[in-house]
Amino acid sequence: MNNRVVITGLGIWSCLGKDLDEVKDALFSGKSGIGMDMERKAWGYRSGLTGIVEKPQLKGLLDRRARVGLSEEAEYAYMATLEAMKNAKMDMSWVEKNEVGILYGNDSSAKAVSEAIDTIRLKKDTTLLGSGSIFQSMNCTVTMNLSTIFKLKGINFTISAACASGSHSIGLGYLMIKWGLQKHIICGGAQEVNPFAFGSFDGLSAFSIREDEPTKASRPFDKNRDGLIPSGGAATLILESYESAIERGAPVLAEVVGYGFSSNGEHISNSNVDGQIRSLRMALNDANLKANDIDYINAHATSTPGGDFAEAQALDAVFGECNTMVSSTKSMTGHECWMAGASEIVYSTLMMQNNFIAPNINFEEGDEASKKLNIVTKTTEKNIDVFLSNSFGFGGTNSSLVMKKIK
Amino acid sequence: MTNEEIIERINGFLIEEFEVEPEKIVPTANLRETLELDSLDYVDLVVIMESNFGFKVVAEDFITISTFQDFYDYVNRKVEEKKAVVPET
Repeated sequence: MNNRVVITGLGIWSCLGKDLDEVKDALFSGKSGIGMDMERKAWGYRSGLTGIVEKPQLKGLLDRRARVGLSEEAEYAYMATLEAMKNAKMDMSWVEKNEVGILYGNDSSAKAVSEAIDTIRLKKDTTLLGSGSIFQSMNCTVTMNLSTIFKLKGINFTISAACASGSHSIGLGYLMIKWGLQKHIICGGAQEVNPFAFGSFDGLSAFSIREDEPTKASRPFDKNRDGLIPSGGAATLILESYESAIERGAPVLAEVVGYGFSSNGEHISNSNVDGQIRSLRMALNDANLKANDIDYINAHATSTPGGDFAEAQALDAVFGECNTMVSSTKSMTGHECWMAGASEIVYSTLMMQNNFIAPNINFEEGDEASKKLNIVTKTTEKNIDVFLSNSFGFGGTNSSLVMKKIK
Repeated sequence: MTNEEIIERINGFLIEEFEVEPEKIVPTANLRETLELDSLDYVDLVVIMESNFGFKVVAEDFITISTFQDFYDYVNRKVEEKKAVVPET
């Protein structure tokens, strides 16, 4: 079986905005969502830079039993999913009668785990953790909570693949629907944003320390980049078979046409050009497209010296002759880690729907590798028929997705 | 803490934390049914009791608690027991 797979709903909660309209406007205007968290400095962080993400107010939206199990990232995921289901025209009565699955990317719940351990140490009594702690602490906190809240009856598990988690969730959802195993799957990625979550990452000196200019600190591909800025929130996409979307009268926003993946088989944190090239070529082959069919590339580029250098080489190797337009929305959002692979599909689909390419802000001068790329530095009007999005993670996990406009 | 203060505090957290409508809190009403408590909710009730009154409720104690009045009486008794051990200054 080879079903066509489409996106019928999008939802977002990020440092660029709390819904699709806010985020679209921020992308168009090249607005940065980066600021400082002074609590991190008090905790001994090398960098206090972070995406500034508002906390949702769920009282009144969800009952107590549903709320107590939600970790911070699951709260974001709930808000993003609520928006995505609404614009996919999936109401609860329909969902309860149909087999809707969930495959969501998440790779930590550090705040919930840390606070629970602190309580145990202080109180010497595990009962005093309360009933929600376990459901907040597990990596599958998003899928276990959302599958309960939305009464889902299909596939149900979490994808943990470092900073490619969100992208692989979409890739796996695409394969399941393509092969006829599921008709509708909620895909996405979530990322907590708090001092518990990023300490070990900060400890690797991976973060930018351009603290005097927060909105200029994330500068993917720029020669003077000095590290990434952690960020988060959640992004949800409703994936569905084309037949189901038409049958339901759902809006068809884009078609998922290609998924490529690979593992570097080398260093645990260093990027690898060959692994990325294999992922890119696999995605193009799966989509039955050539490099020059891609109108826009949303790069993984996080603003780290080594990572961006490797990706620029990989992109040049595959797309160098096509002069394909490239930008990294992480220049505005920071690195949304487990969420990034999903949020960047949301951002790029918004660009495709509204005929523009969001700028790679703060790019002033390329380095030896990135100067070979066609990096978009100003918001550019452009009809996008096909785009590709890259996501790479620790452990050498790579994922590339190709999306096509439905005509 | 007087008996009235205890009742006021209990009703306060039941309304705030368990989102029970104030008019449903009647001394003779069944606690479990009114609050729609399941096994997980009892765990949260233990946490709230500890943070509000400083004593640990054990699961067996709930067996004897049926109505809101039973609950008030139980808390009152435990607070008095605690006072006897640690006199208020």
